[in-house]
Amino acid sequence: MTPATPLGATGRATLGMLAAVGRVALFAARAVSHILRPPFYPREIALALLNIGWLSLPVVGLTAVFTGAALALQIYSGGARFNAEAVVPQIVAIGMVRELGPVLVGLMIAARVTSSIAAEIATMKVTEQIDALVTLSTNPMKYLVVPRVLAALAVVPALVAVGDVIGIFGGWAVATGSLNFNPAAYLKNTVDFLEPLDVISSLVKGCAFGGIAATMGCYFGMNSGRGAQGVGRATKSSVEAAAILILAANFLLTGAFFSL
Amino acid sequence: MISLAGVTKSFGDNHVLQGIDLEIARGSSMVIIGGSGSGKSVLLKCILGLVWPDAGTIMLDGQNVTTQDRDAFLARFGMLFQGGALFDSLPVWQNVAFRLLRGSLKRPAEEARAIALEKLRRVGLMPEVADRFPAELSGGMQKRVGLARAIAAEPEIIFFDEPTTGLDPIMAGVINDLIREIVTEMGATAMTITHDMTSVRAIADNVAMLHAGRIRWTGPVDQLDTSGDPYVTQFITGSPHGPIAAVR
Repeated sequence: MTPATPLGATGRATLGMLAAVGRVALFAARAVSHILRPPFYPREIALALLNIGWLSLPVVGLTAVFTGAALALQIYSGGARFNAEAVVPQIVAIGMVRELGPVLVGLMIAARVTSSIAAEIATMKVTEQIDALVTLSTNPMKYLVVPRVLAALAVVPALVAVGDVIGIFGGWAVATGSLNFNPAAYLKNTVDFLEPLDVISSLVKGCAFGGIAATMGCYFGMNSGRGAQGVGRATKSSVEAAAILILAANFLLTGAFFSL
Repeated sequence: MISLAGVTKSFGDNHVLQGIDLEIARGSSMVIIGGSGSGKSVLLKCILGLVWPDAGTIMLDGQNVTTQDRDAFLARFGMLFQGGALFDSLPVWQNVAFRLLRGSLKRPAEEARAIALEKLRRVGLMPEVADRFPAELSGGMQKRVGLARAIAAEPEIIFFDEPTTGLDPIMAGVINDLIREIVTEMGATAMTITHDMTSVRAIADNVAMLHAGRIRWTGPVDQLDTSGDPYVTQFITGSPHGPIAAVR
């Protein structure tokens, strides 16, 4: 192997990655521009709200309740090392609302919704349904992409709020059930400790993660390769990209909200 | 009239169309034949604007299709896709009436449903099919639903992409007869791509053979057997021996 080979490969990979980032950014910009221009498809938006929001509630609720419960046990156990067991309500609340609620809901949405959107749109592409839409004078961006992105932007913050509450409830259930916390005092400490910025950051993260999850599903679906392998690759890549972008966006948003 | 002049299209090093010149008269039925991978589908998609040609002009009634209003242009077309391309999430009647439920041709839902039922009847499907989903239908029924969707808005021009692929000979005959009848009674201009010679003889007024990215021969269907072109002769006889390589 010549010395230039790894350098060239690195350069090509970097250029390829930058080109992919550019394509995704252009796709997202096109989606946003179509959000503001008619025609609108309210039935498609309602279906997307149902699929992304309502049907994700069980997954979000179960994820949050177990995470909140485990978090209470961890904080109690860790806090006991320096006689700080009493901070369980406060740390569960801040942990769930600021970080775990939005991130876990975002990742569950990436797993459940991004994969589903990518597989559905990719299948539509390989079976020529997207071409059929065009020949029927219907813009696929408006009919397929905009409703899903809009629905995710609107409903994932609500899912995050639900996840936050259920996560806190999970911590409360464990703390009052097996760690001898007073139920009323636990709730009072939780409410007193949380600040409006904690909740706002949680909802903003939910909005951003929802947008990322839906956009990645739509992008990889619309740019799928041929056949079953193309659909599989689009689905896998969409979830990988959404998960990584959600974690990266979480870091940036946490920095923006709490590091200043 | 649809008129193509010097249309080229490449995908990387694969030069699929290398200068297509073709004219399809208004109200006529043109069938494009050619081997697998000869660019028939790409040609059709270029006319519809699903794929943009690299060079050349495509005119519809004297106007360049790339500069026309897209909605108005597409409203003149109906298309039957090879696999039907029905929308899985919609019941059959909404697939057929898709164009009538939204956009510039939008009608009240009851009227759109009535038109869908009439078009389903026209292609030989019972009203009970209307509320089923595409996945519940056989391949032949899906093809007929696709045909009903293609004619639902009574387009001036209808494209058929491999209309009989994957069908048994009897169902293929039914589809061929339907296409011929519909095109004749609607007075529509039709363009069909196929390599099924039975379909060619049933559907075509004129035939064009696409080979190596160019129109190799074009003429009336009744001159197909006497074209004298060795490529056409090999294709219609299905012989492995001739100028068209059997292994591609």
